[in-house]
Amino acid sequence: MDKVIVAENLTLSYNKNETIINKASFFIESGSFTFITGASGSGKSTLLKSLYGALKLKEGSLIVGGAQINNISSKKLNFLRKHIGIVFQDYKLIKEWTIEKNVMLPLIIGGYDKSVSEQQVHKLLNHVKLNHQSGKYPLELSGGEQQRVAMARALSHNPILILADEPTGNLDEYSSELIWNLLEGANTQLKTTIIVVTHHIPETMKIDYKHLHIEYGTIYEVT
Amino acid sequence: MKSLKNHFSLILALFSILFAIQIFVINNRALKAYEEKLSSNYSMIVVANTSVADDTFKKYSANVDTVEELSADEIIEKLQENISKKNIELLKISMPKFYRIHLKSFPTPSEIKYLTSNLLKNSSITKVEDFSNNHDTVYKLLLLFKEITQLFALVIMVVTVLLIAKEMRIWQFKHSERMNIMGLFGAPVWLRSAVLFRLAIVDALFASLFAIGLFSIISQTLWAKQQLSVIGIDIDIFKFVHDGTVLGVVSVTISIMLASMIVIGYKEEV
Repeated sequence: MDKVIVAENLTLSYNKNETIINKASFFIESGSFTFITGASGSGKSTLLKSLYGALKLKEGSLIVGGAQINNISSKKLNFLRKHIGIVFQDYKLIKEWTIEKNVMLPLIIGGYDKSVSEQQVHKLLNHVKLNHQSGKYPLELSGGEQQRVAMARALSHNPILILADEPTGNLDEYSSELIWNLLEGANTQLKTTIIVVTHHIPETMKIDYKHLHIEYGTIYEVT
Repeated sequence: MKSLKNHFSLILALFSILFAIQIFVINNRALKAYEEKLSSNYSMIVVANTSVADDTFKKYSANVDTVEELSADEIIEKLQENISKKNIELLKISMPKFYRIHLKSFPTPSEIKYLTSNLLKNSSITKVEDFSNNHDTVYKLLLLFKEITQLFALVIMVVTVLLIAKEMRIWQFKHSERMNIMGLFGAPVWLRSAVLFRLAIVDALFASLFAIGLFSIISQTLWAKQQLSVIGIDIDIFKFVHDGTVLGVVSVTISIMLASMIVIGYKEEV
């Protein structure tokens, strides 16, 4: 299987004195489902940020989707991000845009045809059971509903990779289940590579997955 | 409603700037008209032993517009009853020539001094009456108004910079979140900023439309015309095409500048 992410001696830090991830080497295969776990402050979200190029590497090498992240140009980074779907714990929806337009964001950026985009958005909103809310604004929805919108947005452009940062962290059981089902569905049906940062791996997972654990700046695979 | 409120803050800031600019333009226009009026009313009287050609006067200053020879007949007529015809003829010959000099623009006191001293260098010219005392008072008043206008312009500039800086901070906060989210999904800078520029241009057009509307109404009111007629000047308070274009261009330029500064100062959140 192809490797979608390859990290070698990856070192991450926000400042000179403190190292968050220290010389980590790992790989993630294309079409796999990976969980990254670890205690609060262990560096899970920091690692995820580095995967979508929001954090510069201190040392080492990181290849995502064939693109070398070290000193990547903004043009190449934008191109890479167009093929990644990201789900954040705090949703990161554009407040002044409707739900429909928020889900459409990656399609607008990708330059998709409007009618095709609208069709795709309605299909996804139907999947996340929010079609009736499409004209509303994010702040008019509950936290669970907002996360479902964020999930639909991450899937809208059929990305090769979905990065989810504690996607069910603040959600009720119903929304959590819906999110896990969507992630599993994307992985099994669309062969999308999924990486989820979480505190707990749901016991209801029906598919095979890889488990990376971070402790004291070291990443190791749990078998 | 919230969106309208967001628009309103920039529209109001821009409108204040445009209002101040147009007031400055009107003030300047009124001052210029008043200066022209003073210039047309002002003249110097020159007394000469012999006739002096118009070109000779113009040689002394480029500001000399027209020279008018004053007829001595009126004075002689008054003397006719007491003086014989022969003596009157002799008087006519020996009487000095009087000239009134009109200038192109309202002169400064130093210009008057310079012209007077130059004219007196001419051996035919015996006296120059420049009405400098009266002139100086009017000139100083005009100068005061001009300085006040310049000060006003400076205040406008400072207020403009402060308003822009304030708006910039608000906009930076308001738009950076959206720009950041768009960036996370790979939007290039032009696409991230497109909304910002569109908003800036729309708000700028609204602000200039409000300002154009207001000054168009003011220029049609009887009150404004009366205020100008009191000081004896007639100016266009608002030249629809010229002033409207200026206000529109200023408004759009400021908005685009504001949006550009936000885009330049934008840093992706980590």
